[in-house]
Amino acid sequence: MRFGMGQQRITRAECAHVAALARLELTDEELDRFTSQLDELLDHVAEVEALDLEALPPTMHALPIANLLRPDTPGEVLDRDEVLAQAPFAEDGQFRVPPVLGEAP
Amino acid sequence: MTAVEIAAAVRSGQRSARSVVDEHLDVIAGGDADIHAFNLVAAAQARARADEIDGAVAAGRDPGPLAGVPVALKDNLCTRGLATTCSSRILEGWAPPYDATVVEQLHNAGAVVVGKTNMDEFAMGSSTENSAFGPTCNPCDTSRVPGGSSGGSAAAVAAGFAPVALGSDTGGSIRQPAALCGVVGVKPTYGLVSRYGLVAFASSLDQIGPFTTTVADAAAVLDVIGGPDARDSTSISEPQPPVSDTLADGIDGLRVGVLTELSGNGIAPDVAAQLQAAVRALESAGASVAEASVPAAVYGLSAYYLIAPAEASSNLARYDGVRYGLRVDGPSTPDMNTATRSAGFGDEVKRRIMIGTYALSAGYYDAYYGKAQKVRTLIINDFASVWEQFDLLVSPTSPTTAFPLGERAADPMAMYMSDVCTVPVNLTGQAAMSVPYGVGDDGLPVGVQIMAPALGEPVMFRAAAVLEASL
Repeated sequence: MRFGMGQQRITRAECAHVAALARLELTDEELDRFTSQLDELLDHVAEVEALDLEALPPTMHALPIANLLRPDTPGEVLDRDEVLAQAPFAEDGQFRVPPVLGEAP
Repeated sequence: MTAVEIAAAVRSGQRSARSVVDEHLDVIAGGDADIHAFNLVAAAQARARADEIDGAVAAGRDPGPLAGVPVALKDNLCTRGLATTCSSRILEGWAPPYDATVVEQLHNAGAVVVGKTNMDEFAMGSSTENSAFGPTCNPCDTSRVPGGSSGGSAAAVAAGFAPVALGSDTGGSIRQPAALCGVVGVKPTYGLVSRYGLVAFASSLDQIGPFTTTVADAAAVLDVIGGPDARDSTSISEPQPPVSDTLADGIDGLRVGVLTELSGNGIAPDVAAQLQAAVRALESAGASVAEASVPAAVYGLSAYYLIAPAEASSNLARYDGVRYGLRVDGPSTPDMNTATRSAGFGDEVKRRIMIGTYALSAGYYDAYYGKAQKVRTLIINDFASVWEQFDLLVSPTSPTTAFPLGERAADPMAMYMSDVCTVPVNLTGQAAMSVPYGVGDDGLPVGVQIMAPALGEPVMFRAAAVLEASL
């Protein structure tokens, strides 16, 4: 459903960059397919480019409410052991992960 | 039996909750192999809960307004100790340490959870084909999709597996499957039902609502699950009047608009014909009907497919292999994150995360996400002027009846078009519901969408009751 023969809106290299930002690793086939599918979507949503929206404020939220805060008093919290029991790896009351920085030991 | 009938029978001691639950578990056991509405059937837990309710009745205590009513829950609603997968491999094996607020509310009202229903992965889709556990089939014709993303919940109610199911609606994920399966589906006003414990997809659009076979059942469920919740900062803080109380008040003198932008171009002729029949029924009941125009509604889909993926890309960053679900190991934490996400997410989820990441990235934010948020304002303003002239709006819920399994699975844009009638109301936060209204040329159900201003549920349900009675 192409809405025009416009220029390509997202390149394969940009698509690969976005995947890396999102911590996704794509195969060559996935990268080809997603580039073309994302390009098609971006081409469709480009219909809003022609609208003059300068004077309008953005809507982040449909309801006019903000900063609903509860009293700053301790409430019920989840049980640590119960939460850690759901983790792929836990040790000494903490989530265990591979090295974050530098070489693996 | 409807949910209202079951609750009345159980509360009065005419029927045991256990017999009701056993009966439904038998129907599920006999039929779900062909439909695949459920990811998990919690038979033992449901029977134990039913026995508790019968014990309460025997002891002279009232178990509540949904006493003994079997309920199916979309598998993105957290259930303590009961696997909650979002139909994704990335959450396989995860059992939440807490219940969603709606699950607590149903429990306190005497309802019995019978299982968790299949869905498009993380609620991203319109056919329930994007499930890591395979598609759900439409009970009206098993070669067709049930719609989505709450397709398992819609199918569970349509197949008689449970009189009530809950789903979530971010761009039509309750209303569209309700229409395609021939049941009632409600997307309440944003903030009316607590989202605490609903696994987040697009937080500014997500809303939980019921599927039922009757309008009165939907009202009874909404009256239980609506209301303020301190654990959801977007929850509307004032309690609302029960919808059930005014259900039979009729619509004499109400002003109903047929939303032209959602009712003409692209709507199948047989679906349009059912909408016309519904309009005549509303007129016969005393409503005045005229055409209503929300010009910006045509941009709803474009705004939605930028805003929802943008919010999703942020919400789904938490699936990193650290705290729950799947982990695919790697030499470093970033490598482990990438390996886990690449193996755990399906194609549609990856696509949406990438669209959202792109729309939020430096250099493109203003052109895409920023612009989409302004389109959202434009749509809200257009609706605001229409509400000065109309009490309710109607349109088809879906442009077509249920489409064949596989037909749109390889073509994301064609699938996204399935949501054209339903997304505008998510962007504005208004109330909307789908009511089954006859069948199309293929004999499959057609749904009529009724839209109301924010917190217009009482009036919306009155019109729904009128349509139901006119069939």
